[in-house]
Amino acid sequence: MTTPLLQVEALNIALPVDGELRTVLHDVSFSLEPGRTVGLVGESGSGKSMTARAVARLLPPGARVRGRLEFDGASIVDLRGEALRRYRAGDVSMIFQDPRSAINPVRRIGDFLTEALRINGGMSSRAAGARAVELLAEVGIADGARRLRQYPHELSGGLLQRVMIAATLAVRPRLILADEPTTALDVSTQAEVMAILGRLRAEYGMAMLFITHDLDLAAAVCDETIVMYAGSVVEQHRGASLHEDPLHPYTAALAQARPDIDRATRRLPAIPGYPTTAYEVPPGCAFAPRCPHAVAACTTQEPQLVPIGDGHSRCIRAEELRGRMLTGPSTTEGVA
Amino acid sequence: MTTTGEVILRVEGLSKSFPGRGRGHDVLAVDGVEFELAAGGSLGIVGESGSGKTTTARMLIGLERPTTGRILIEGVDHTTPARTARQWRERGRRIQIVFQDPYTSLDRHQTIGSCLSEAVSVHVRGRAGEVSDRVEELAALVGLDDRQLRAVPRALSGGQRQRVAIARALAAEPRILILDEAVSALDVSIQAQILNLLADIRERTGISYLFISHDLAVIRQITDDTLVMRHGRVVEHGPTPRVLDEPQHAYTRLLRSSVPRPGWTPESALAALSGADPTEDDA
Repeated sequence: MTTPLLQVEALNIALPVDGELRTVLHDVSFSLEPGRTVGLVGESGSGKSMTARAVARLLPPGARVRGRLEFDGASIVDLRGEALRRYRAGDVSMIFQDPRSAINPVRRIGDFLTEALRINGGMSSRAAGARAVELLAEVGIADGARRLRQYPHELSGGLLQRVMIAATLAVRPRLILADEPTTALDVSTQAEVMAILGRLRAEYGMAMLFITHDLDLAAAVCDETIVMYAGSVVEQHRGASLHEDPLHPYTAALAQARPDIDRATRRLPAIPGYPTTAYEVPPGCAFAPRCPHAVAACTTQEPQLVPIGDGHSRCIRAEELRGRMLTGPSTTEGVA
Repeated sequence: MTTTGEVILRVEGLSKSFPGRGRGHDVLAVDGVEFELAAGGSLGIVGESGSGKTTTARMLIGLERPTTGRILIEGVDHTTPARTARQWRERGRRIQIVFQDPYTSLDRHQTIGSCLSEAVSVHVRGRAGEVSDRVEELAALVGLDDRQLRAVPRALSGGQRQRVAIARALAAEPRILILDEAVSALDVSIQAQILNLLADIRERTGISYLFISHDLAVIRQITDDTLVMRHGRVVEHGPTPRVLDEPQHAYTRLLRSSVPRPGWTPESALAALSGADPTEDDA
């Protein structure tokens, strides 16, 4: 096993809300090795974006961080001054859901793309421009010179997201944090963007933390997927196994609640109730109130993330339920 | 899901052009769209950004004036937007719409109960008691409780706000409900609840749906027939299972192969794409 590039251990984060600290992440642990892709999957409030922000050192002021958060052996939380600047400008890059909100609308694509090359790379304007055209070619944009003169509003969402990926390449970070990078794009563009990301990652050996709400997409592009619920990791598993062999009832429920493109069902096995946040979790298992497999012990005993099969699960019944969590749609009547 | 065979909505040769940049280059957003919606039926409109699906919905609801073509609802001409308040009310009893993000269409200072009462009062002329009975009925239909009726939109979750938007649209007891990406922004577990709710409402009230979405799995679950739109035109139209299982048009095949599923990889999707026409609508 290689040394992890990113090591997160027992991470707890609380944010100040109305003068009190509220837990948003609870006991999150995982590691990411160089060149690998780990997916973070979950619904709103699950803590997937907060985890990425903690890694990027983009937490709001007043956040209380406990636990270990290390990049290449150095504590991310303790980075200061020049080291922090180097970390953010060279080691880690973030790709956001909506490229339009992450780019200055009144500056040309060229200004945006060459900025890092000129300032951090010390290149001349002319050299930076030439490099920017090369970078655009790498993300499949052939007429780079013309694109450099355009403004963000003149580009479609898919093109703009490719520009963002090109900007990431200019820095060639060791870790890409991709927060729902294709959610705002059309489906046919999503495959292109994911293929480009995959190819470049392989070529340059970059690791990626891929945040998505889409279990199918995570399963397709990630080496390993972490499913989060209410600020905790509930399952950690090889991507391809999430559907056939879920290790946590929440993963199974999520996979089944999603409509199937191959067949309509009389009723979708919806998960009753609403997703909860780490702050509101009841004693015991956070998912217990919505779980079809919950027993009395689930509401009193806090489950730990334990190894099972080739993954991890935070469910006290994981071993006994394994292989039986996926029930047929006809027998699971969802509460709408 | 029974349909009587009666056509409730008929769209003929519908087009809409907008003034483009530069001299005389109008943009044809919707180009000769034709379809029928059966009473009690559910018709999906699938397409990506720029396909014209939302412009079509806006014309149906009277927010845009078609450049050419006709819109007939229950045989009544709805082609030009309503002029008088009375016409608006009458049309509101035929067709309503629910948008993707209900937060932007709810008054943030108004309680949910008061918002629903207002919508009901427009259409029910009667005693105050009748209005509140109807509000209770609507709340029960979409699964909102008393506590939620007393709340302001901010206090509700996305799924609950979408229930409010559906209840408000149903206040007029319309024959047709347009759902424009109405479940797209919801979490998967909540999306399933709302899709089940919509199926229940259709079964109970016989309402017809025009369901606009980019999500083919959602379309499969909630519609009987599907139109695939691209660049303002209908490229494929048929029963939903047929359109998705045996797509005839290259663009429908492209959409189908772009959806991640077990065994899918971005590369496999792109391999399927190379046979189709180019899809990037470059700026």
